[in-house]
Amino acid sequence: MTSATDLTLAGARGALARREISAVELTRTFIGAVEALNPRLNAYITVTPDLALRQAEAADAALGRGEGRALTGIPLAIKDLFCTAGTRTTAASRILGNFVPPYESTVSGNLLRDGAVFLGKANLDEFAMGSSNATSAFGGVENPWKRRDAPEAVLVPGGSSGGSAAAVAARLALGATATDTGGSIRQPAAFCGIAGIKPTYGRCSRFGVVAFASSLDQAGPVARTVEDCAILLGSMAGFDPKDSTSADMPVPDFAAACARGVKGLRIGIPREYRLDGMPAEIEALWRQGMDWLKAEGAELVDISLPHTRYALPTYYIVAPAEASSNLARYDGVRFGLREDGEDLRDLYERTRAAGFGDEVKRRILIGTYVLSAGYYDAYYVKAQQVRTLIKRDFDQAWERVDAILTPATPSAAFGRDDKQDDPVAMYLNDVFTVTANLAGIPGLSVPAGLDAKGLPLGLQVLGRPFDEETVFAVGAALERAAGFDAVPAVRAGA
Amino acid sequence: MSLDTATVRRVASLARIRVEDGDLPRLEAELNGILGWIEQLRAVDTQGIEPMAGGGAQALRMRRDEVTDGGIQGEILANAPDRAGAFFAVPKVVE
Amino acid sequence: MSYTLEGASGAWEVVIGLEVHAQVTSQAKLFSGAATEFGAEPNSQVSFIDAGFPGMLPVINRECVAQAVRTGLGLNAQINLWSRFDRKNYFYADLPQGYQISQYQYPVVGQGVIEIQLGDGSTKQIGITRLHLEQDAGKSLHDQHPSKSFIDLNRSGVALMEIVSEPDMRSPEEAGAYLTKLRQILRYLGTCDGNMEQGSLRADVNVSVRRPGEGFRTRCEVKNVNSIRFVMQAVEAEARRQIEVWEDGGEVVQETRLFDTQRGVTRSMRSKEDAHDYRYFPDPDLPPLVLEQAWVDGLKAALPELPDARRARYVGDFGLTPYDAHVLTLEKETAAFYEAVAKGRDPKMAANWITGDFFAGLNRTGHGIGDSPVSAENLGGLLDLIKDGTLSGKLAKEVLEAMFETGKPPAVLVEERGLKQVTDTGAIEAVIEQVMAANAGKVEEYRSGKDKLFGFFVGQTMKAMQGKGNPALVNELLKKKLG
Repeated sequence: MTSATDLTLAGARGALARREISAVELTRTFIGAVEALNPRLNAYITVTPDLALRQAEAADAALGRGEGRALTGIPLAIKDLFCTAGTRTTAASRILGNFVPPYESTVSGNLLRDGAVFLGKANLDEFAMGSSNATSAFGGVENPWKRRDAPEAVLVPGGSSGGSAAAVAARLALGATATDTGGSIRQPAAFCGIAGIKPTYGRCSRFGVVAFASSLDQAGPVARTVEDCAILLGSMAGFDPKDSTSADMPVPDFAAACARGVKGLRIGIPREYRLDGMPAEIEALWRQGMDWLKAEGAELVDISLPHTRYALPTYYIVAPAEASSNLARYDGVRFGLREDGEDLRDLYERTRAAGFGDEVKRRILIGTYVLSAGYYDAYYVKAQQVRTLIKRDFDQAWERVDAILTPATPSAAFGRDDKQDDPVAMYLNDVFTVTANLAGIPGLSVPAGLDAKGLPLGLQVLGRPFDEETVFAVGAALERAAGFDAVPAVRAGA
Repeated sequence: MSLDTATVRRVASLARIRVEDGDLPRLEAELNGILGWIEQLRAVDTQGIEPMAGGGAQALRMRRDEVTDGGIQGEILANAPDRAGAFFAVPKVVE
Repeated sequence: MSYTLEGASGAWEVVIGLEVHAQVTSQAKLFSGAATEFGAEPNSQVSFIDAGFPGMLPVINRECVAQAVRTGLGLNAQINLWSRFDRKNYFYADLPQGYQISQYQYPVVGQGVIEIQLGDGSTKQIGITRLHLEQDAGKSLHDQHPSKSFIDLNRSGVALMEIVSEPDMRSPEEAGAYLTKLRQILRYLGTCDGNMEQGSLRADVNVSVRRPGEGFRTRCEVKNVNSIRFVMQAVEAEARRQIEVWEDGGEVVQETRLFDTQRGVTRSMRSKEDAHDYRYFPDPDLPPLVLEQAWVDGLKAALPELPDARRARYVGDFGLTPYDAHVLTLEKETAAFYEAVAKGRDPKMAANWITGDFFAGLNRTGHGIGDSPVSAENLGGLLDLIKDGTLSGKLAKEVLEAMFETGKPPAVLVEERGLKQVTDTGAIEAVIEQVMAANAGKVEEYRSGKDKLFGFFVGQTMKAMQGKGNPALVNELLKKKLG
């Protein structure tokens, strides 16, 4: 038998249901894998083996009573942006200190309701601001994939959900929660050769998730297969009266949608996603994806999303503006780090200077500036107008197509020391993913192939608001066609 | 629009982030790099376009006027860096 | 004659606008389910939302919106079916989120107008600019410790209505009358308890001065004035300060000031100095507030009678003087008391008794209408005893005094103290005969034409009866006996 850590989430669920393995055994296997590899990969900030085993015991009891639910006994990693009652939550920032939330986020609560086992809290970029996981106050995460030509080089897992993606790719969890504000689920999923979906804005509750940019933040899952993502999203999603932006919509059977096929679907190919200087391998993979879908009976349609090129600058006004306000609460008064000062103002300034890392500070300052008197209209209002135009581009596209196919990222995973000096170069990582956040639509990243150096590359499927089912159908079809079975060099059981 | 050192200092002060004088030139250059890149938005014609607000389109849902929360003094104060009895404590503020 | 202040160089006019913060009457807070009750243990009525904990999100309380709409309707104002919440960003120890959720660009209530009553009997229209909903901050205590301030977040997140007036007031009296009227309307509507001591109603007073006929000059804002009397004092103190600045050749600087109630002067507020860049932007946690016209219409249909309408009804239907109608409608409780007393009785008589002896009794015994020892039912009962002849007016006053002392119903007191008026003609005649016998000389004088002596006989008879003789009967029988 293959190692339990190589099971998919759906496979593990079957094995648990058939009592081929107990939840405690499965959890012990993963705890062992985490203990072995996490010191190297740093995918988890906090590991909670005792909690996991207690949850696994309860899961076995429930399974024994025939009361198994969607995720009973399934070991998961929780991005350390989700507040977890009684377990330290850091947002990968020094400023939260030893903050232990007395409350549970709705999304993690939904997973617990469905019987999940929490192995620990996954590393991320500080406050989810980053594309390489390098801004974490708890150190970077190592991508478990290695370049063929330089197997010793440490690559980034992407970000901000780098810990979640690396943990799943290295078989340190069957799946993980993640969040996506500009690509923070899809980009690390692509860099780590796994699947990840950012659902429609409002699909998953934001209650209890440390806020970065409220109008863009969406929780979603990463897992090794599209179907596993569908299963996880089915538990995570749902209306929450505690979040005024949560959509009061029924949660469909996402997993069932994975088997639908793409026959007769119209797939849009946006010409603006063909960038100057884009690596040929990315272009080739995209073309391959089109061919796969065509072969499965889909119709390809050339479309135009003319405001695409303005999406990143728009994002880098809206997101920092909201963040500058959302992060004002970290002031050293009620929780988290405090640096003493001569007076209250000095206390604030010292606390925030010591507590936030450079990238977070940069974004707070940019956000403060673009909202300040005299600049608000030129920056913030302008950006929100462009955002309307970006959304309008998509609205017009949906009149002609059912889903859109694009590359997930403009490159494969890069080295830990690359792109660190120029913030703007780092921001360009999100060029294909950020439009979905601005427009509020769902986007799925699917591993579809390897580049010449043996690193995974992903394709992205975008869909209509609240039509994740079509996105899953297209994503699963790509996955089947790609037959992606490469594994990372660093992984449990290897 | 580009930032000068005085503006960087003012913005940092508005954001309550202490910046050492030695860090100002670096910060100024970084912020100007980002803002310069953002400037390309000026090319977009947005006349008469309604700015998008929020991520979703729906109207505000209203809850019932019932006391369903509070009464958790201990949990509210549990993470406080400094407290005095049932109060949070901060350096004295002069109004 | 319009109000002016004399400076060294001539007369100055005062221009006043008020921003009133009124705490919305509701069970729970604007965006959280924590209680709003006053005076609880520190930090005991606080949710994680009110304390700005990570990941916490606001959800709006429908009743708070309804209260704002009711208030807007009571101020004859435009109700905006589409409004929005913005964040006002600034750092302060009692502002846990680092921003206040408020309505900056699109308030729920637009322009309105109210009429104020002035001491000389005249009225004036004061424009309302807008009313919006916002969160209150927590409370900082600065006097509990030598080097620390203490923070209590119980108030954090309580719903406030900020009601902004046009700069239409021109004297301390008008400012006082405006606040009085506004408070009266809020209390009638039940949308704010109007309790200024507990801070449920506080005013920021915008004051500027100018030469008569000039355009507006720079204004200053005097923050957080917490009584009507202090508002009037603050207006005058601030106006006098500004006149002095202008007359000394200086320039009034727009700023936020505090009113020192001890010394009767305003002073600059240091802590707010650099907080002027509030970086307002739409709160991304809250979609727009969209109201149905039918919902607004339903609230309108259910509004209680407001002071202006009630005053008009007292004058028109009950025949009260405008002054009595004004006095009786000032407080909702007084009007309710009056209507309970007047019901089924002579409304003018009820008004006279309440504004006269009853109010005097409350004053004398240090009570308010809410804890009056004399209930409306008992005061009505007293009026009934006058009407049916059991008590004379004079006896009734005595009974009312006893009612204030004992809280007992009038009939019981009349019984206990034997204060019942004597209407038995035989008994009265017997007394008259005694009086005539004892004053035979005066009887002769009267009968020989000295008519003025009639009053003497009335007095003697009543005195002999300890005031209990029915005055009409005494008169009638005396006339008959004296011939």
